[in-house]
Amino acid sequence: MKKTQTTGVKEPFLRIARREDVTTKGSILIRAAAIIAALVVDALFIFLVTGLNPVSVYVVMFTGTFGNFMRFKWAVEELAKLLLVGIALAPAFKMRFWNIGAEGQVLMGGLATAFCMIYFGNTLPTWLLFVTMFVTSIAIGALWGIIPAFFKARWNTNETLFTLMMNYVAIQLVAFATNTWRGQASSLGRINPGTEAGWFPSIMGQRCTINIIVIAILTVAMFIYLKYTKHGFEIAVVGESENTARYAGINVRKVILRTMAISGAICGLGGLFIVAGNSQTIATTSAGGRGFDAIIVAWLAKFNTFYMVLISFLIVFLEKGASQIATSYSIMNDYSADVISGIILFFILGSEFFINYRLIFRNGGKNA
Amino acid sequence: MSIVLQSLIAWITRTVMFGTVIMYGSLGETMTEKSGNLNLGVPGIMYLGAFGGFASAYYYSTLAENPSKILCILIALLCAFLASAFGGLIFSFLTITLRANQNVTGLALTTFGMGIANFFGVFVLDGSVSVKAEFANQAFKTPIPGLCRIPIIGDVLFSYGFLVYLAVILAVVLHFFLTKTKSGLNLRAVGENPATADAAGVNVSKYKYLATCIGAGISGIGGLYYVLDYNNGIWATTGNIENLGWLAVALVIFTTWKPLNAIWGSYIFGLLYWLYQYLPDIFGIYVPSDLMRMTPYVVTIIVLVVTSLRKQRESQPPAALGLSYFREER
Repeated sequence: MKKTQTTGVKEPFLRIARREDVTTKGSILIRAAAIIAALVVDALFIFLVTGLNPVSVYVVMFTGTFGNFMRFKWAVEELAKLLLVGIALAPAFKMRFWNIGAEGQVLMGGLATAFCMIYFGNTLPTWLLFVTMFVTSIAIGALWGIIPAFFKARWNTNETLFTLMMNYVAIQLVAFATNTWRGQASSLGRINPGTEAGWFPSIMGQRCTINIIVIAILTVAMFIYLKYTKHGFEIAVVGESENTARYAGINVRKVILRTMAISGAICGLGGLFIVAGNSQTIATTSAGGRGFDAIIVAWLAKFNTFYMVLISFLIVFLEKGASQIATSYSIMNDYSADVISGIILFFILGSEFFINYRLIFRNGGKNA
Repeated sequence: MSIVLQSLIAWITRTVMFGTVIMYGSLGETMTEKSGNLNLGVPGIMYLGAFGGFASAYYYSTLAENPSKILCILIALLCAFLASAFGGLIFSFLTITLRANQNVTGLALTTFGMGIANFFGVFVLDGSVSVKAEFANQAFKTPIPGLCRIPIIGDVLFSYGFLVYLAVILAVVLHFFLTKTKSGLNLRAVGENPATADAAGVNVSKYKYLATCIGAGISGIGGLYYVLDYNNGIWATTGNIENLGWLAVALVIFTTWKPLNAIWGSYIFGLLYWLYQYLPDIFGIYVPSDLMRMTPYVVTIIVLVVTSLRKQRESQPPAALGLSYFREER
């Protein structure tokens, strides 16, 4: 930093400059520091509110995921479902298209799956039933993504608000369908409990094996798609600047529609996995807020699907840990999960600043 | 009175009270969005306001020996405002000072606010399913004396607590603030083009901070009204406030960022939302309630599309909505 100021103009005590040269090691250190700081704040919160020893609370929290094999398996299942929605959002976010509608896209995929299971479960042969479920859930998820994309591409309609509203349309459609299908029963319950038609088969003793294998493949595939293909390059250019993209001869409208179709379709696939591969039923809560959690996952991972595995794990770990705390201590309850993870998210979000910028103090240009 | 008239009156009173909850929510969010901050934490903020208002009023009325209604109202309003403004402050610090992404921060704030309110709510509930703040409910529900006894007109117009009328006044005040005062003009400039406002000597960060925190405080009053009046002073662990919070966000779009439109817009949302219950009695039509509840969202989508189609300059979102302002990078 050269001293260029003339007399009379005081250099501000603190100024901010963009940092281009941050190393992977540096960014990991900053994020780790943020998480540790958040854990300290959480510990203070726990201690001041409940008087419990924060260290023993954290130990109990750890057992929520790693306590025994069963809990670990549940955590992995949860992680896979959250990760899938994160993967779905990655291309849209990289294009700077704020798809807040994953919750609805997942629900619509699940609704299509449930529809096929109920109406074709006893008539179609098994292989054709699975093909129908697969095609319809992906198609309707894609449709739920294409509708806002069409208006965004054509008339620049605000996609954040549009996709947000589409969630509630989907939730009400699911409410309508479940209330119709359940008839006199208090809830829908498992679909086709006798024939198990449309249920994913158990492989190696676990019904979720197919989910996990497919999601693992998609994690790698999406990474390659975004990083090494022409489509991925187009998405990146449109995300950086639509004008640049137009100037480079990219058909921006086509890219927006195509990307959102992919994003919605993978969300629809998520609905298929949740309904056919996991719960065998559908409710308005089937997506379980994953559509929103995945936004945080995709953004914090900066669209890198391998980082997404880590961040999904962090979120699942916190949720499982908090419900473990709630069962172990009478004074805690399930909502402590939201508080604890909320504070950690705030710190991680805040730490991005120190990765992207450096602070320059008045004397000496010391970095912080 | 005939059943039709009775249902009609019930529908309208339900609508007005429902509309008031989301009117506060959307007026606060309008103020926030005018500064260019798209705060998707409104549901969480309304939870903070609801719990702040409920808990303070509940403990005041149970602990004080001779609780006074006025003091109870003031304490509840102040605590609701401060609790929700605190939510706005977290959002402001992260998005304005630390330049975090607004959408992600807002969603995290929604989780956090719901978590905080329900976490402490469980302590107040102390094992029971719901707790009622009877005294505060009476204080907030007191209708306009005299006028509320007029048949029909009194029921429809004068039977509500004072917060219903305050919401309408607030909408008018906010309209004048945004269109007729210098600060309002500066605020809109910050939301439209922060670099220009900055060059003109407007303190961009200060305006963004104040608009977001005060806006959050106003949204929080909606949460307080929900618990202490609309829900008859009952605190229970439900997801209702979250749904209303998202409706408030929708209402901001529906009103095309104009506070005066929020007055009728919120009542239209209320009419649509409760239509399913009164359709059979009033119109003799039976429609599945789940599909009817979809209408406010569908109407919002239509408004969103139509405003983007017409490209009228005065009904567009603030130009810098959702973008952080980096002075060093303009």
